[in-house]
Amino acid sequence: MGELAVELRDVVKEFSDSEQIREVVAAVNHVSLQIHDGEFFSLLGPSGCGKTTSLRMIAGFELPTSGDVLIQGKPMGRTPPFQRPVNTVFQNYALFPHMTIGQNVAFGLEMKGVPKAEIGPRVQEALAMVRLPGYDKRKPRQLSGGQQQRVALARALVNRPAVLLLDEPLGALDLKLRKEMQLELKTLQREVGITFIYVTHDQEEALTMSDRIAVMNRGKVLQVGNSSDIYETPNCRFVADFIGEMNFIKGIIQAQAGRSATVGLDGGLTVHARCEQSIAAGTEISVAVRPEKMNIDSSAKMDNEFQGRVVSIVYIGTDTHYGIRLAGDQLVRVREQNNTPGSRPLASEGAEVKVSFAAEAARVLTA
Amino acid sequence: MLKRLREHKSLQGTLLVSPALLWMIALLIIPLILVVITSFGQRDPDGNVIYGFSFDNYVRLTGTTDTCQNLGDYLNGAWQMIIGSEARTCFDPLYVQILWRSVLIAIETTALVIVMGYPLAYFVARAPIKRRSTLLFLILIPLWTNFVIRVYAWIRILRAFDILYTPGAVLIGMIYEFLPFMILPMYTSLEKIDPSLYEASADLGANSLRTFLRVTLPLSMPGVVAGTILVFVPVMGTFVVSDILGGKQFVLIGNLIQSQFLSARDPTFGSAASILLMVMTLIVMIFYTRKFGFGEEVIVG
Ligand SMILES: Nc1ncnc2c1ncn2[C@@H]1O[C@H](COP(=O)(O)OP(=O)(O)OP(=O)(O)O)[C@@H](O)[C@H]1O
Ligand SMILES: [Mg+2]
Repeated sequence: MGELAVELRDVVKEFSDSEQIREVVAAVNHVSLQIHDGEFFSLLGPSGCGKTTSLRMIAGFELPTSGDVLIQGKPMGRTPPFQRPVNTVFQNYALFPHMTIGQNVAFGLEMKGVPKAEIGPRVQEALAMVRLPGYDKRKPRQLSGGQQQRVALARALVNRPAVLLLDEPLGALDLKLRKEMQLELKTLQREVGITFIYVTHDQEEALTMSDRIAVMNRGKVLQVGNSSDIYETPNCRFVADFIGEMNFIKGIIQAQAGRSATVGLDGGLTVHARCEQSIAAGTEISVAVRPEKMNIDSSAKMDNEFQGRVVSIVYIGTDTHYGIRLAGDQLVRVREQNNTPGSRPLASEGAEVKVSFAAEAARVLTA
Repeated sequence: MLKRLREHKSLQGTLLVSPALLWMIALLIIPLILVVITSFGQRDPDGNVIYGFSFDNYVRLTGTTDTCQNLGDYLNGAWQMIIGSEARTCFDPLYVQILWRSVLIAIETTALVIVMGYPLAYFVARAPIKRRSTLLFLILIPLWTNFVIRVYAWIRILRAFDILYTPGAVLIGMIYEFLPFMILPMYTSLEKIDPSLYEASADLGANSLRTFLRVTLPLSMPGVVAGTILVFVPVMGTFVVSDILGGKQFVLIGNLIQSQFLSARDPTFGSAASILLMVMTLIVMIFYTRKFGFGEEVIVG
């Protein structure tokens, strides 16, 4: 990756509520991020974690309480939004209701002083790009939500910004359209090569679209990495829990040798797991294992093998989920793919089974 | 009965509009018909109305004098008057001047009230939500005092500045009276503008002035239109402000109508003047709404 498109340096944003002066909310709390040129970068996190606030500081709608926002290496300081080389796709689209689609898309070019003769073709080109050719005479309210969303995209992209900021742009669409638009957006981003900073609280959306993801919680960035980093090697319990499904098994560190640790569980069981930091023996921790990384009655020899009793079976088509109670009373979920023709359950409720998983698949997480 | 009502949407509609409809028929349509009938009548020397069908009252409003023989003479007289010649044969400018003055002050008042009210409406609409109701409340407080008393209060102020009983005094009074009726609809349409549109505009490279001209102003036009109707129409017909602040010289069509009914005791001429006022207001409003609409987006939402 080359240049930095956007950089946040130790950015803090506090909203002081005038009604309750004693309570100062840090919406964004010492966030540092480096977003590369041409990257599809997602900010992912639960509601209220500061995603929108971060995006608005890049756009210039909010100014940081402290820290710096840099766009293309230039500190933005108090630069107003209309002088920043970024454009935003708003969650509610924010199309101008009194203008036609064509006028909406042309607005940014007119403000920039692009010659009239050039505006027309560029508007047509942008509308063609979002697959809405010939819609330029319509008013926004005559379009469906998905179409309005695309107009918002065209209106921003037509300006060829250095960075495009998108705040949950698919939030208002139904699931099917959402999936379609996810693909379209990703393809479009590759075509135009513009840096996208994409805010979402939908982990699946972030995983499918992004080159890199920053997972946020309570105003802090917890982990930055590509989809598989985030999924396979979460660095804390929050990330592990927020992305995908996860089994957390409570235990106590017994011994650690380099990156592998032995963890004692209730009921005298021990688990071998990967451990990134060095933790003193006797510390209470959790062992995190994805349900699909556990196997039932597998013939392969694994680092961790436990006896357990099947307490629930949920068939969901592609997979079957088993709830299994281990000898030490720990409840785990195991996910088995139904990949053979006419798959039958591997076990029935109440059956005694063997649950096994590799030490590599299990991670020790503090907190 | 109730079952039938539940099934019939049109019946429900009839039932819902009927109270207002009956009220309008009894107090608006019927009196209006009576006014039209009266305007074609004549007054006998005792001040009683003799019903008939004569255009005399309307002819009198045009300023045609008894010496007139035909339309050419009249137009010539009017022209002489306009170019300031003393030869006023066949044309009495009194009523035409009153009409002209009424239209002019209605236009002036409306224009000034727009210019003065818009920034205020904008300020209130952009204030924090909690403060908006307080500000609106402050705008409405003057309306709690009786209309006539408020106009009377202006006598002292205007006298202090030595402009009482001048056209300017009437204009000031009108602006004072009608400002809230302009601010409220303008506020409503400004307040409805999604703030993210301002951000979108800034995001696309427009500074504050351009955002105002390209986004705020066009989107608030329905409020301006609705306010214009709410101000222009009543100003055209009002007589209280000019009566109290304008003195004997400054007669508006509202004063003319009032005096015909009360002091001159000629309801037939007063009725004709009322009809003329209605027709003129209607004409102005038809032209205006053809161009700008009714501001229904503000009212209907
Ligand atoms: N203008 C504001 N005044 C006061 N507090 C604010 C303001 N804007 C945001 N906050 C607070 O800052 C925190 C972060 O808000 P933000 O909108 O960035 O969250 P988000 O991650 O975008 O959430 P969501 O997914 O719900 O959109 C929240 O606790 C919110 O209440
Ligand atoms: Mg948000």
